[in-house]
Amino acid sequence: MTKQRDQISGSCATDISAREEDSSHAIKQLTEQEYKYGFVTEIEEDSFAPGLDESVVVRLSEKKREPQWLLDFRIKAFRRWLTMEEPRWAFLRYPTIDYQAASYYSAPKKKKTLQSLDEVDPELIETYNKLGISLEEQKRLQGVAVDAVFDSVSVATTFREELARQGILFCSFSDAVQTYPDLVKKYLGSVVPYSDNFFATLNSAVFSDGSFAYIPKGVRCPMELSTYFRINAANTGQFERTLLIADEGGYVSYLEGCTAPMRDENQLHAAVVELVALDSAHIKYSTVQNWYPGNKKGIGGIYNLVTKRGKAMKNAKISWTQVETGSAITWKYPSCLLVGDNSVGEFYSVAMTNNFQQADTGTKMIHIGKNTSSTIVSKGISAGRSQNSYRGLVSIQQKATGARNYSQCDSLLLGDQCGAHTFPYIEVRNTSSVVEHEASTSKINEEQLFYCQQRGISIENAISLIVNGFCKEVLRELPMEFAVEAQNLLGLQLEGTVG
Amino acid sequence: MLNIHHLVVKAGDAIILKGIDLHIKPGEVHAIMGPNGSGKSTLANTLSGRAGYEIVSGSVSFQGQDLLSLAPEIRAREGFFLGFQYPVEIPGVGNMYFLRAALNAIRKHRGEPEIDALDFLTLAKEKMKLLELDETLTKRSVNEGFSGGEKKRNEIFQMALLQPKFALLDEIDSGLDIDALRIVANGVNSLRGPERSFLLITHYQRLLDYIVPDYVHVLFHGKIAKSGGKELALELEEKGYGWIEEIAKKSGDA
Repeated sequence: MTKQRDQISGSCATDISAREEDSSHAIKQLTEQEYKYGFVTEIEEDSFAPGLDESVVVRLSEKKREPQWLLDFRIKAFRRWLTMEEPRWAFLRYPTIDYQAASYYSAPKKKKTLQSLDEVDPELIETYNKLGISLEEQKRLQGVAVDAVFDSVSVATTFREELARQGILFCSFSDAVQTYPDLVKKYLGSVVPYSDNFFATLNSAVFSDGSFAYIPKGVRCPMELSTYFRINAANTGQFERTLLIADEGGYVSYLEGCTAPMRDENQLHAAVVELVALDSAHIKYSTVQNWYPGNKKGIGGIYNLVTKRGKAMKNAKISWTQVETGSAITWKYPSCLLVGDNSVGEFYSVAMTNNFQQADTGTKMIHIGKNTSSTIVSKGISAGRSQNSYRGLVSIQQKATGARNYSQCDSLLLGDQCGAHTFPYIEVRNTSSVVEHEASTSKINEEQLFYCQQRGISIENAISLIVNGFCKEVLRELPMEFAVEAQNLLGLQLEGTVG
Repeated sequence: MLNIHHLVVKAGDAIILKGIDLHIKPGEVHAIMGPNGSGKSTLANTLSGRAGYEIVSGSVSFQGQDLLSLAPEIRAREGFFLGFQYPVEIPGVGNMYFLRAALNAIRKHRGEPEIDALDFLTLAKEKMKLLELDETLTKRSVNEGFSGGEKKRNEIFQMALLQPKFALLDEIDSGLDIDALRIVANGVNSLRGPERSFLLITHYQRLLDYIVPDYVHVLFHGKIAKSGGKELALELEEKGYGWIEEIAKKSGDA
């Protein structure tokens, strides 16, 4: 067994010249773009008073008319959580979170049960329109079914009936608890146990809503499923729970997007995502995370403390793709448990931080079955005074003979006040496995910038172009519908439109 | 087209160009030759606007504009093209995407509409034939994994697409075998015209057999020591730079 921890810190020597000033000015402009999704929706919300004790958990469960087994699950988690300590091993600096200061439930008030989308509050429809997500029938994005989660509840799910014709279940988590309790009961906590870690355990106690999808045996989901998370209310934590199950031979591509208003207080987002890929199933899970990152001075922003994990059975495949540009703090390690023989895990990540953002993100690939393989491609881009860390574990168990892993972690520094760090952990417990790890840290290349400029390309566009090229291996993994959003987020132009 | 007056340029602590005068009219092809360290690359870098060079005195006008006051990308959009001696690789950025971005930046500057992807591809394929470039080039990243010869041909391909008014080709012949040299030269020759001027920087007379210049200048210790017609290049080939040193000394004494 080998354990490895190395840290590559980057802050390049400064060589002041007119050009460097030019490019740093351009980098500044690029990274100082205003957060476009920072508006607040004026809507009457039904909220719990701030504070957290067991009675809050009970009230939450009552509010959602949950069955006893789910309440038991929550209570068990809550009691466990009280005994746990917040983890501090990540390369993140932030003040202690006051869990009593947040409200654990906030939902837009509705007068009656919704019969159709027409009854959704127009304010909410408008909110999602502003975010570029149309819930209205006639304007819906072709080929994408959306579950819209607003603060603690799901407000709408599109294309439900069409999907149901193929046996695909797609709805809010709360709906699933009522409608498909057996499936939820069987798989909830089966990948991320209630006792898994501090934040996941908190989520298990107080999760409010999220998305649920089930793909039946041998069915290839004909459209992208997506959830759009929006935090609106102040002083509210968002604790969503997503559960995706792809039955034997099933396939689904799932997208997740997130935004929040600009507020001076830090807000907590502690989600749990569980993926179950049964034999020969394939789940592709893509995230574009754009929570409010805080202002230029580092005030405000979302604390994004998320547990995402998938379990892959025989011949199954789980692919995580993430573009992380938002949040003040990101603590996130989408992972794969490669349980079945020949199962495959993939992790493609772009994490971009600027101003005072801090990200500690990566993955865990746990090889349990024989001939399992995993690929990790991580691209970190740091600007401003941000700190960007890749942290990844590749663990090859004794029985995972013939396992393979390839990891590649590249960091790009824009400016000289940011940091890039890599923490790869590798454990190999047999002799027939192969693990490869490559890492690089570089500063944006002045020669490349000049070459672009000499061809007439402005320095801002040149930086976009180069950053985009740097991320290409990850961006090309994104479904088309998301690629556009991702490119806008990074201030990039996607290449490959020709040839 | 391009007029250089008494240009004195410093790089680091050393004065590299010690008063250059050069006048290039529309349609002319000039060649600059000279031994290593004579200031050829400094001239190319200064004219194209690369960082790290300080203009001590002198001026450069390009189509009546003060070239040295313009940002590098504005120089490019005004029609100033530099063929790089060492073209840089830009991983992950598609060659075609890059070139279309460049062409559209130039078109926008001129007030012309942007070219769409399909029209661009048609145009690019036509120019690629001229440079005998493989079509796989359209699928590759900028200069990534290109051989030395491919990089140089790619520079001329870019020039053919961007149609500059003035092209400064810095050792475009270095590292080329005889076939590649012929292809590059054909590319350059096909772009010669009454409105377009060239300045070739080279070590070798051989290039000038293929691209026949109107004028040849010899750069020596930061100054143009001698100018002449194309026969000057042949003379240099025969005699080396020794006799130029004599001339330079004499003019220095005078």
